[in-house]
Amino acid sequence: MNQTKPQAWSPDPATREILDELRGELGACMQCGTCTASCPNGFAMDVTPRQMWRMVQFGMLDRILESRTFWMCSSCYMCTLRCPRGLKLTRAMGALKRLARERGTWKVRRNSAFYDAFMDNVEKYGRVQETSLMPGYFLKSRDPLLPLHYLPLGVRMMRAGKLHVPDGSRKGRLKALFAKVREMEDRS
Amino acid sequence: MKYAYYPGCSLQESAHEFDVSVRAVMDRLGVELVEIPDWTCCGASAAEPVSRLMNYALPARNLALAEKELAGLDVLAPCSACYLNLLKVNREVVGDKSLHGQVNEALDACGLAYGGGVRVRHILDVLVNDVGVEAIGAVVGQNLNGMRVAPYYGCQILRPYEVFDDPRKPLSMDNVLTAMGAKIHPWEMGARCCGASLMVTHPEVAMHSVEAILGAAEGADAIATVCPLCQMNLEAYQHDSAAGGHHVPVLYLTQLLGLAFGLEEPAVLLEKNMSLNGSMRAGIRARAWRHEPPGGTEEAGGT
Repeated sequence: MNQTKPQAWSPDPATREILDELRGELGACMQCGTCTASCPNGFAMDVTPRQMWRMVQFGMLDRILESRTFWMCSSCYMCTLRCPRGLKLTRAMGALKRLARERGTWKVRRNSAFYDAFMDNVEKYGRVQETSLMPGYFLKSRDPLLPLHYLPLGVRMMRAGKLHVPDGSRKGRLKALFAKVREMEDRS
Repeated sequence: MKYAYYPGCSLQESAHEFDVSVRAVMDRLGVELVEIPDWTCCGASAAEPVSRLMNYALPARNLALAEKELAGLDVLAPCSACYLNLLKVNREVVGDKSLHGQVNEALDACGLAYGGGVRVRHILDVLVNDVGVEAIGAVVGQNLNGMRVAPYYGCQILRPYEVFDDPRKPLSMDNVLTAMGAKIHPWEMGARCCGASLMVTHPEVAMHSVEAILGAAEGADAIATVCPLCQMNLEAYQHDSAAGGHHVPVLYLTQLLGLAFGLEEPAVLLEKNMSLNGSMRAGIRARAWRHEPPGGTEEAGGT
């Protein structure tokens, strides 16, 4: 269990840190499967949440990273509420997303494009500007058909007066905070 | 009653009707809202997958601002995601010396520090526990008049932290609706996830949840929500066949409260609800405004 030797996949320090955090968090999982039974998106997962926690306990990084399971988590916290061990399972799903991002592949890029675009938008404007967020997401996803998918919704939102010109009055307000957090994360 | 108000980004944008109806209703109930000066985004559900520290620093910045500028006031957040992100700082950062230190080191970059002394409240919590259901009933009367409403709580005000309602069997919104004279649509979907941002990243998956929720709401005159993302997901895809072809009006609880108070449609921005067509609006008007105005004549009201 406490194998710390470098392995075939030789995790970089950032990956190792997240994996260690996860193993600490999930060490007490007793494989009851209440999480799996509680998940509204379980049908779309290739590995059940219960299996995922076991893979984390065993440090099966490659198998973890192959999975789409954590990208299907919508942070509803039903598993966290019901876990008889009181484990922070939704938070673990978030950490798994970060783990995958550390070792980004095209699949990861596609799955995290929205989160990246969102955070870019926050960094730039201070408050999220929806009309600039979505084009940012389209660009990051690199899927030329994606804007078409949103066209009907965009039209309905425009008709209902729900689209606004981006408000630039807080531009750069969070620049220093983002820079500082980046610096702190690089340091660790 | 006075609160430090954190509207959150959505309420400045596509959920403007939530902001407007919250302010209108709180004003009617004698609650004063002071907007946190220069507040910024809480990170929603996007910060956690990107950066653990940012996930705490973004909401903590707003609590630090409230602590500094509006000392002594509870923070009131109408959006469920904002509420949980702010609450998480109190539950996960405060008390964890190392993490608290890191968060404050980050906040120092914008000249702020969070001591941990701000209480975070969701609007439903404030309505039920501070204003009180009796007081609401006294101001509103029974003006929803038998309107059948499905209370939709969503996730993040109930879970993971049990604060003001039973996460397994929530009742707070039921009580507010009943106080307004509404009938509760019996269903099991009140705490089911709407899909949240999965509707953007994997719509084919989130649509299953929306279909299940809208299907169970059949027969209700409206679904009442208290979160801009729940609202968006439940109403924006009703035209999509993948959502099952169910058409149910989705209204913010505060819009229903406003209507029950006798506010006109524009005062709660009913025209911004994408799930409402003309006949549905007429139906809601007939129900929600069927109170007798002082003159005694039936008033249709609105535009």
